[in-house]
Amino acid sequence: MSNVALQKVSKRFPGVTALKEVSFSIKDGEFFVLLGPTGAGKTTTLRVIAGLERHDEGRVLFDGEPVDNFTPAERDVAFVFQQYSLYPTMTVYDNLAFPLRSPLRRLPATEIQRRVTEAAQKLHISHLLERKTAHLSGGEMQRVSIGRAIVREPRIYLMDEPLSNLDAKLRESLRVELQHLQKTQHSTTLFVTHDQIEALTMADRIAVLDEGRIVQIGTPDDIYDRPSSVFVARLVGTPRINLFAAGRENGKVTIQDSDLHLPAASNSLPASFTLGVRPEDIVPDSEGTFSGRVGLTEPLGVETILHIQSGQQTFLSLVQGMTHLGMDDEVRFNIAVERLHYFDGNGKRIQ
Amino acid sequence: MDLTIQNGEFVVLLGPSGCGKTTTLRMISGLESVTQGDIYLDGRKVTWLHPSDRDIAFVFQFFALYPHMTVRQNIAFPLQAEGQPKDMIESRVREVVEMLRLRHLLDARPGKLSGGDKQRVALARALVRRPAAFLMDEPLGALDADFRETMRAEVKRLHISQEATTVYVTHDQIEAMAMSDRIVVMSDAEVQQVGTPAEVYHDPANLFVARFIGSPGMNLVSGQYADGAIHLPGSNRYNVGNGWHTALPRDLGGSSEVIVGFRPEAAHINEDGAIAGEVYAIELLGAYTMLHVNLDNEENEIVHIRSDRQTRYPIGTAVRFDLDPEMVRLFNPQTEMAIRREVTP
Repeated sequence: MSNVALQKVSKRFPGVTALKEVSFSIKDGEFFVLLGPTGAGKTTTLRVIAGLERHDEGRVLFDGEPVDNFTPAERDVAFVFQQYSLYPTMTVYDNLAFPLRSPLRRLPATEIQRRVTEAAQKLHISHLLERKTAHLSGGEMQRVSIGRAIVREPRIYLMDEPLSNLDAKLRESLRVELQHLQKTQHSTTLFVTHDQIEALTMADRIAVLDEGRIVQIGTPDDIYDRPSSVFVARLVGTPRINLFAAGRENGKVTIQDSDLHLPAASNSLPASFTLGVRPEDIVPDSEGTFSGRVGLTEPLGVETILHIQSGQQTFLSLVQGMTHLGMDDEVRFNIAVERLHYFDGNGKRIQ
Repeated sequence: MDLTIQNGEFVVLLGPSGCGKTTTLRMISGLESVTQGDIYLDGRKVTWLHPSDRDIAFVFQFFALYPHMTVRQNIAFPLQAEGQPKDMIESRVREVVEMLRLRHLLDARPGKLSGGDKQRVALARALVRRPAAFLMDEPLGALDADFRETMRAEVKRLHISQEATTVYVTHDQIEAMAMSDRIVVMSDAEVQQVGTPAEVYHDPANLFVARFIGSPGMNLVSGQYADGAIHLPGSNRYNVGNGWHTALPRDLGGSSEVIVGFRPEAAHINEDGAIAGEVYAIELLGAYTMLHVNLDNEENEIVHIRSDRQTRYPIGTAVRFDLDPEMVRLFNPQTEMAIRREVTP
């Protein structure tokens, strides 16, 4: 497979700039995820790489070679869409074989059979090969769509929200299958999603897009632990990160509208800033430094979301298992001070 | 279907689409007629009463607001329609507006509002009537994930402060767990289990509930019971604890087939662990890591193990793990029902 790079790619549609100087490079064998809200430019980026959309500025390189003037067919990419575009009257086998039967490829029948059988095995759809696709479930159809991409040996797989139409359980299991497949095949994959869980769980690296601009590129750990802005911090993590208006006073961090003072604010902090605390970094502890009242508990089985009231502020805390704490109970807690996030007035991370 | 909802209780009807949860709700409201059986509100038979005579407020997934009216007019509408006095309407509207933090939007029209604000207005309009019961049909379904989290907490807080009996329909098990006093799990037009969030999570009545509750659902691994142990895929063995040795053979009859169920947090990676497998995939989920372990490469029997954030293994690494015996559940594959350890006298 190939490495794929974008260099300062911009794309304008009438009245709107869809991409602004987008640059990144996907390494050979990497699972690269584009994450962002609707309208951020994720799908446009994908279409530019595929050659379905012509960019106005910048370059697209495959293995270091510019492909800007290549047709989609010449770029040799494989697509998997949100809507599975299968031929309903054909069997699963014929759907999988279809991309290989193109006269341009001139593949011998035995080779086609070998590739289809292998792809079906990897995706656990061997038992469905003789079935017409119209009779498949949504999850099975999406497996066939992925199969149709992997029978080919393209330079890159481009996947546009392929799991979004599936129900939660199927999404979970296909996520695991996709990751396993990609890691054992070492295939270069660009995966587009608005779902932060998909990005965190599958990616080697994530590029976060906001309004046509890349705002951060990093490993899932980087994005989660060191978000470059309030925007990125809010985008990843459930429950959402706690964000407070905060200030520096006498060497301490004070949180507005609460009784909390955190120790040892660095002198490099401005007088006022936004403080971010992940819910798992607020840890109830009977000996804890801080205290508040339980405003609400949300038991999720494996863990519980505690809403702790302190002053006018609500702190969301994520605790393991069920809790014995009830509404209005007093609760003491600690905050993992070494894992706090600070953002300036423009929402940029303060190092 | 038999179900009694207590005064002030928050009950969630949970199940996949087509399970009958919305039909149940519509029958309670009177929007759907009952083929057989009866419905009572406070002991009063309402089976054939008109919806408007039941003193129930309905909140739908799609915020049915009047686009030409302001937020204030939308909220006041149900009371005006009842012909309530003006000052009473004003004070009630003020009260719900404070509660739902809508004051700054009072003069806006629905077209200008975000999805979350629209749903808050829809809630306010239901609340302003102070009905005896609320029926909510996926009220958060149309919101994006971010808003859904916020609104989930808001609806629950509201319920706690109002103490109004609420029946809430959703297909989202997280919503059901987070909000409810009790969950009614439904599938194929039948009630599968009624219980508190802790009960349906830790003691699912059957395989359907075990799979449906939790994200991912309970690990369910087929095995054979013989010589006091359960033989699992990949030549693994699980030694069942005391208390099972009478219950198991009795429940299984002549069969040895049994399903071992355990939540992802019931498994602990341990180099001397009793069960062996190979890392199939590994997922960072923010606060923790989910390890997917294949017990048998031939059959692809994958189990999910919740580990701490620092856990990292390359795919293919051999690992061993133990199960917390208190958190292991057994199921009969024929009946699909949970096997109870203690025999009730």
